[in-house]
Amino acid sequence: MGADDSAYQALAETLDGDDHRWAFGAGFDAGTAEITAPPPEGVDRDDLATYCLMLADDALVASQRLAEWTTNAPELEEEVALANIALDLLGQARVLLARAGHLGAAERYRVGPQDDEDVLAYFRDERAFRNVVLAEADLGDFGRTMAWMLVYSSWRLALMTRLVASRDVVLAAVADKAVKELAYQRQYAAQWVVRLGDGTDHSRERVQAGLDGVWPFVEELFAVHPVEARLVEAGVAVDPAELRAELDAVLDQVLPPARLTRPERPAVGLVAGRGGRDGIHTEALGPVLAVMQSLARTHPEATW
Amino acid sequence: MVTGTDTVWDVAAEVTDPEMPMLTLADLGVLRGAETRDDGTVVVTITPTYSGCPALDEMRSDLRHRLQDAGHARVEVRTSFSPPWTTDFISDAGRRKLAEAGIAPPAHVGPRATGPVPLTLDPPERVVACPQCGSPETEVVSRFGPTACTALRRCRACAEPFEHVKEI
Repeated sequence: MGADDSAYQALAETLDGDDHRWAFGAGFDAGTAEITAPPPEGVDRDDLATYCLMLADDALVASQRLAEWTTNAPELEEEVALANIALDLLGQARVLLARAGHLGAAERYRVGPQDDEDVLAYFRDERAFRNVVLAEADLGDFGRTMAWMLVYSSWRLALMTRLVASRDVVLAAVADKAVKELAYQRQYAAQWVVRLGDGTDHSRERVQAGLDGVWPFVEELFAVHPVEARLVEAGVAVDPAELRAELDAVLDQVLPPARLTRPERPAVGLVAGRGGRDGIHTEALGPVLAVMQSLARTHPEATW
Repeated sequence: MVTGTDTVWDVAAEVTDPEMPMLTLADLGVLRGAETRDDGTVVVTITPTYSGCPALDEMRSDLRHRLQDAGHARVEVRTSFSPPWTTDFISDAGRRKLAEAGIAPPAHVGPRATGPVPLTLDPPERVVACPQCGSPETEVVSRFGPTACTALRRCRACAEPFEHVKEI
């Protein structure tokens, strides 16, 4: 097989036409005004790319998890809600991945002519994902999903509320948009947590078990990675340690009317000081990525 | 067709939203700019309603085709996220067209306060009038509707279900 017979050859040809798109992506890179902005002065390009990947992967992996509810939710309305929330997170992830790609993060994974965001989503392996492990946690039943979402959206909302002030124009723009979406998600989760917790004994047991189950992943949300520390110093990133008080306040507000108790469970340990932000994940991530990536990797030339 | 008289803005402004086709992109407030550069390239700038709005790619494609049909060979559609779209960008004409199509338009929300977003467990219900009979006696069926922008509601007076463009 000659070099020209690459499976990506057909893709390279069809991508030129407006009417053919790669089957697994859509492409923000082509014309997004902010993504091509240079990094703020004095900010390390690789650090900024890594930080974009962290925030992108937090959203991308959580979005893929939530998509598991599609065709499985208890009611049609909740199915639509969960799919919409997944879509919001996917949208946040796409801009951040495109930004990371513009800063050079996609090159080492590139196997074909796909857009940067698609290269980063589909052709990176588990160890290259930088999400916190909460994002990859098994969502289990609906009660656990709502407990998970209350924690996740409260934390990400607290982060994005602060990121609006970032010196990086892309991070600030993504954050400004994400704040409203995450506030809506948190509201949805909080109302369900109260409804289930203050419901029957059975529903309360399940949402409490869900909260207990995700609690070991909470501590990592406030850990400061060296990349984050340098970017906090540069006025670009949010200090994760600052976010604890806001999550605590939300839980103090929601748990009493939900008749739930704050779990007392030890955090999952880091591996030699490293966790999700360094690519060290729980066993839950592999299957999530397999579902998300396998089709694109099997048929990399598909267009529609 | 080369019209010659329409400005590129006029052409772009007539393109309709793929999910709410009673609205043009100008009515919806997602069209940010349309201009012809010195080299003849038309540059159109749009902003997404939601980060993950799946209609964005369709808008891009529709804009490109409409402008090419109007005689502009080179069209570049750019996406801008800042300032973020809010429902306050929907024009008065757009609000009227929504209501005429049976979709309750959003109320005005004003600028968001900075700082932490307060959580209200029982947010005060907005009064959303039924677009069919005008009754204010309506209730939420689902906070998430068939498109990212809408919620589902039901009128207690005439019993009709309807969509509401939710305020963000």
